[in-house]
Amino acid sequence: MNQERLAGLLKNIVVEEKRILTDKVDLYSYSFDASFGVHLPDIVVQPKQTNEVAAIMKLANEQAIPVYPRGQGTSLSGGPLPVNGGIVLDLSKWDEKLDVDHEDMVAVVSPGVLTADINDAALKFGLIYPPDPSSSNVSTIGGNLAENSGGPRGLKYGVTKDYVIGLEVVTPEGEIIRTGGRTVKNVTGYDLTKLIVGSEGTLGIITEATLRLFPKPQATKTMMAVFDDIVDSGRAITRILSSGILPSKLEIMDNGTIVAVEEYEPLGLPTDAEALLLIELDGHPVAIEDEIQRVETVCKESAARDVRVANTSEEAAELWRARKLVSPAIVREKPTKISEDATVPRSQIPAMFKRLREIREKFKVDLVVFGHAGDGNLHPNIIADKRDEEEMRRVEQAVEEIFEAAIELGGTLSGEHGIGTLKAPFMEMELGEVGLDMMKRIKESWDPNNILNPGKIFPKPGQRLVLTNG
Amino acid sequence: MAELAYEETFDCVQCGYCLPACPTYLTMGKETHSPRGRINLVKMAAEGHISYSELEGPINLCLGCRACEVVCPTNVQYGKILESAKEVIQEDKKKRITKRAKLFQEFVFDKAIPNKKMLHTAGGGIALYQKSGLQKVARKTKALNILPENLRAFEKVLPNVEGLIERNKRGEHYPAELKPAFRIGFFTGCVMDTMFSSINTQSIKLLQRAGCDVTVIKEQTCCGALQNHSGETEITKKLAKENIRAFEKYEFDYIVNSIGGCGAQLVEYDKLFENDAEWADRAKRFAEKNVDISVILGQLRLEFEKEMNKVVTYQPSCHMSNVQKRVNEPLNLLKSIPGITYLELPNKDMCCGSAGIYNIVNYEESMDVLDEKMKHVGKVSPEMIVTTNPGCHLQMKLGVEKEGLSDRIEVVHIVELLAEACGVGK
Repeated sequence: MNQERLAGLLKNIVVEEKRILTDKVDLYSYSFDASFGVHLPDIVVQPKQTNEVAAIMKLANEQAIPVYPRGQGTSLSGGPLPVNGGIVLDLSKWDEKLDVDHEDMVAVVSPGVLTADINDAALKFGLIYPPDPSSSNVSTIGGNLAENSGGPRGLKYGVTKDYVIGLEVVTPEGEIIRTGGRTVKNVTGYDLTKLIVGSEGTLGIITEATLRLFPKPQATKTMMAVFDDIVDSGRAITRILSSGILPSKLEIMDNGTIVAVEEYEPLGLPTDAEALLLIELDGHPVAIEDEIQRVETVCKESAARDVRVANTSEEAAELWRARKLVSPAIVREKPTKISEDATVPRSQIPAMFKRLREIREKFKVDLVVFGHAGDGNLHPNIIADKRDEEEMRRVEQAVEEIFEAAIELGGTLSGEHGIGTLKAPFMEMELGEVGLDMMKRIKESWDPNNILNPGKIFPKPGQRLVLTNG
Repeated sequence: MAELAYEETFDCVQCGYCLPACPTYLTMGKETHSPRGRINLVKMAAEGHISYSELEGPINLCLGCRACEVVCPTNVQYGKILESAKEVIQEDKKKRITKRAKLFQEFVFDKAIPNKKMLHTAGGGIALYQKSGLQKVARKTKALNILPENLRAFEKVLPNVEGLIERNKRGEHYPAELKPAFRIGFFTGCVMDTMFSSINTQSIKLLQRAGCDVTVIKEQTCCGALQNHSGETEITKKLAKENIRAFEKYEFDYIVNSIGGCGAQLVEYDKLFENDAEWADRAKRFAEKNVDISVILGQLRLEFEKEMNKVVTYQPSCHMSNVQKRVNEPLNLLKSIPGITYLELPNKDMCCGSAGIYNIVNYEESMDVLDEKMKHVGKVSPEMIVTTNPGCHLQMKLGVEKEGLSDRIEVVHIVELLAEACGVGK
């Protein structure tokens, strides 16, 4: 259908005309996300009501027009990219509803609400919304739900799906359903809530969510441990976690990252160390005082050469500053950052470090490791220049081997970024032919005309990893 | 020939962290009017996917507040990308517009604004208009209704302008009242010295009082900010060279101004001459000497004579915070005034929508940004809003007027407040 006709039909559905975007500059502005590739949609619509979404889906389903739901486009895996053209549904403007019920300890939100705003609203009642993806000041809850986002606090508190107990969803055929409810316990029928969360916008459009909230921990305590051997730091992680202490955050920076940060802004970091761990405990002040000493002992027993415990919140902020500077520091030499999130079981963290070191040497890529080490969700990041085709080929090969290594060690392709377009070619490697086929059958029964976010998760025949702009 | 800053667009990893900081993304509600969107469009234009005239709308509707640079995790040089786009668009337009229109534009930027006499005459006209009672008559008879809405709006909030006679009294050298702490060259600015010349006068007196030796050199000219924001890079460079040459002749410790916007241009003179061997060092030396008045007054001791029992809030100038990077200096100075009760304005780092001549050229869009700002002002209900830049000053005054709060909220430049607290007359 041509754009003009489609716009005409959409005008009968969407109340305000300004929420239908057709200009070329607008289409280019919704052609990308934080991953790779530029794909022009035919039209962008910004719905703000469930019945608008339902009517749009009915129209799209009848006319076989692809629909691509989108939050604020912070996806690192291509989730919102309109790879087959069609309609981009920008849900980020629909942010009116953010109701906290402190008795039920839930928040009910519309899809465009920013993740950080939910936590801020909960804090007023002494509660928190624990999932904290690093993009939480920008990302919408709708996008977090679709991708099942994680974050540093995932180690102790779990990820987005652990906090969703109810959803309102518009199906690809334009029907409105409600899944789950307002109770923590609910075993009535299949758990469609958990099926929708993490389905990357391929099964339905989330138009409202009911989220669990937690009591705010009374205090936090931070420490830094320095290691001469990164494999020792991996051992320290597994020992801390098996000592009966569950930190709220456990982050790692490898030598490449430490050096980059120190060159970017001198903080006095040990540039000759192979790794440093940043550990945060939360809970009752007396309890964490005792626990931090035990963590210190474990680190020293695991060959840490230096351990620093922050005595004040300012000192803690100082320690975390190193981690905060990683992003700007590592892209100083070359601009392109390929951020992977392959994840392995905790016991395999030291083995994964070894494999990553080999991959870096084999393909001669600038690979640094930092991230949420505690839950095995390492973030190997390759720094490159996407205008250098030869380098990008090596990067593609290195990324493929990272995926293989993670799966061989009993892990997974993606801990929190999602499959999208980027990792689709590797799905069968992890799931097997039948496993992937079962997922496909679910997709086909929900979306018989394949109009909702087509081109994601499931690989096309012969599809390969491509990191250059196509 | 001008070129888009294409290489610089690759520094953007499209993470979107700039979106919540962008006033126009908030008010216009689409990615096209966000920093990430604009950077992408500049890249698309450089690659030939969209034309310069298609790029023009999103670029012109950028306030240029540069709040995005502060939150960017990869330090994208948004200002450079924006200015390159403005320059390219302006050059492209000149190819198409009539000769007469072109001459007029060049006249305004190249001759009128930098020309003190011309502006002063205009300023004198405003003073005459106000003092002769003509303003009252015009307001009563609704004669103003023939003006377009945007100009009418500003008529209400014009400051009481110092007449020509008072302004012409200004001398050149103001010795320190005590043993001089710093030798200061004072930068007057052109719009500032016309519409708000009394603030310049008070600034000089405060500096003197704090122990500075102040000189107002006659050779100085316009800073070039408005021209630069309109893509007239060559005119900006010409003005910059004049200023550099003028101030180089003197031995000043600092060059001081009370104008957030001009100050931002002055501290970025070095960026204009990055590839110019002859001027790069001179521009850098000049830029490093330029500071806002709050920096100097904060370092010295001001004797206060009066308690200012006021509940105040502070609207920072974007160019002061995001380009000059002076976030704490004005605020600390404000808090040091005896009797002041300071309330923080929520989201104070969002632009008020003034942005040079943006509020005149893009009146409606600017008023949407201002409406957001006034929502936050409503939350704190101050007796006074303190600013550090004439543009913000007028815009906030307009906001107060629009909300019908003129009898409850006063808008002042920080220098005016300090002057009153120190008993420094006008």
